[in-house]
Amino acid sequence: MAATAAIVGPGNIGTDLLYKLLRSENIEPRYMVGVDPGSEGLARAAKLGLEASAEGIDWLLSRPEPPDLVFEATSAYVHRAAAPRYREAGITAIDLTPAAVGPAIIPPANLRAHLDAPNVNLITCGGQATIPMVYAVSRVAEVDYAEIVASVSSVSAGPGTRANIDEFTRTTAKGIETIGGAKRGKAIIILNPAEPPVMMRDTIFCSIAPDADRDKILESIHDVVAEVQGYVPGYRLRAEPQFDEPSDVNGGMARVAVFLEIEGAGDFLPPYSGNLDIMTAAATRVGEAFAAQITAKED
Amino acid sequence: MAPYSGTLDIRITDSSLRDGSHAKRHQFTLEHVVDVVAALDAAGVPVIEVTHGDGLGGSSFTYGFSRTPEQELIKAAVKTATQAKIAFLMLPGVGVKDDIREAADNGGSVCRIATHCTEADVSVQHFGLARELGLETVGFLMMSHSQPPEVLAKQARIMADAGCQCVYVVDSAGALIMEDTSDRIAALVTELGDDAQVGFHGHENLGLGVANSVLAVRAGAKQIDGSVRRLGAGAGNTPVEAFVAVCEKLGIRTGIDVMKIVDAAEDVVRPVMDSECLLGRMEIMMGYAGVYSSFLKHAARHAERYGVSGAQILVRAGERKLIGGQEDQLIDIALELAAERDAEKNAS
Repeated sequence: MAATAAIVGPGNIGTDLLYKLLRSENIEPRYMVGVDPGSEGLARAAKLGLEASAEGIDWLLSRPEPPDLVFEATSAYVHRAAAPRYREAGITAIDLTPAAVGPAIIPPANLRAHLDAPNVNLITCGGQATIPMVYAVSRVAEVDYAEIVASVSSVSAGPGTRANIDEFTRTTAKGIETIGGAKRGKAIIILNPAEPPVMMRDTIFCSIAPDADRDKILESIHDVVAEVQGYVPGYRLRAEPQFDEPSDVNGGMARVAVFLEIEGAGDFLPPYSGNLDIMTAAATRVGEAFAAQITAKED
Repeated sequence: MAPYSGTLDIRITDSSLRDGSHAKRHQFTLEHVVDVVAALDAAGVPVIEVTHGDGLGGSSFTYGFSRTPEQELIKAAVKTATQAKIAFLMLPGVGVKDDIREAADNGGSVCRIATHCTEADVSVQHFGLARELGLETVGFLMMSHSQPPEVLAKQARIMADAGCQCVYVVDSAGALIMEDTSDRIAALVTELGDDAQVGFHGHENLGLGVANSVLAVRAGAKQIDGSVRRLGAGAGNTPVEAFVAVCEKLGIRTGIDVMKIVDAAEDVVRPVMDSECLLGRMEIMMGYAGVYSSFLKHAARHAERYGVSGAQILVRAGERKLIGGQEDQLIDIALELAAERDAEKNAS
């Protein structure tokens, strides 16, 4: 028994997500929804056996069998308008846009915390990549301050991210605090135009007490990396995490630094865009948790 | 060509208290800022930039924490200056709009917004806010050596349309050589016409700061950056005192007094510096390989910690096509070099 799903937004992200959902055992992607009849994504979805329509969510909500789940891969603007309608129809929304209508989910940290919510969001790609590491450190050591740097290839940063880069840094910083468990968070994003496009790289710095248990921190980091690899196989440490003693350039704080590289699965998006892959992979992971709950109720 | 104003042919901005923050590893004190601003203001420097080296919000693990909060430094600079405007820098992706609001509240009046030279569209919302706040705006196209003139001109157009009043060709790596500079300035002047001015920000990594700046002026640049005593990242910036002296000889009016600025450089700025900004092998390699100047101190620190070559870190940064802001990746490179060294040792 599988939960049924719709993807709204047949662009690159929606299509990559579709490939992942098609592999899922407990989600059945049934509908692909767009607004452009000429959309290649709609045609591709139809070919893969989905019911595809360019008539937007009016069409979706008038299906005789509406889906259990909707994955929103449009824009914050579109999702804010659509969210109340999904809720009214009793459809759980998993939001890949920065609209932040519902609570945020980072799978290793709080996958099951909001399975009763009608709408959940995934923060940002930088957040999905780095907050698991902040969480890994903060669950075994006090983290007063955590800072992340997400470097992504220019071509994988869409016009929405570019026009609202402050939204990215602010939302990610907040997630570092509320879900990562740091008292204060900061996020930095870099768009690198190098050709061929560079793979997503992330660095996570967490302040720790000078006498924090470093073995315990290392073990926790490795455990969470393995957990993320369960849904993002290309999530890798570039090197062993590095510990630094307090110094003036470090603001007098001891710290641990984690260096990550994220290679996408290459389902539809190219492997360098690990930043987009981790969003579709996390969405799938979150969708599966909801699906398990829905099908358990139905059984 | 029209001069900058009725009294100035060009306008010079001193960046020693911003770009120089890199050389000082962001350890400026209030006293440093007050002393330098007072001296530069008295010498007639029309604009003085004060911020963390990586712009508002740059105080961080990645770039180094400020000893004194930059907003306090901006406040002190504004209080000290009698005629000079105080400018501040911000990089979208590092700082946010609230940082601009705070700097404006503290009396900063020239908002300089920097992006990598292919990513100008990330600055649109910030220029919009700066103009709304009544600030004068300047745009920085960083690492301008990495793109041809026509690409830069298109990016400059994005900034100008967003509300930028002067777009700078920023030679972050100190890699532009003579006509490389004038060709880029000319392309921007042609593209922008009367919509916005054009500026040039040079570095000394190949020893060409003054020469490139003169060529920039001849190609139509109306604003030029420098740092007194070269106090800046890499081998430092165009030395303001030398450039002002050259301008006087060439009949280019800057409004800055040669005798006063050379005294300020020697008597006030030099004592603030930990060491002179030298044209050593690491610095030349940065210009030669096209590497972001502020990587210098970070590379040196990681080289020491991991027992690898600082020059090699910089060369690999160039090979990886790192851009401004990716200082974190220098640690990754140092670790990679250390791992390679250990692997070689084990093999032999």
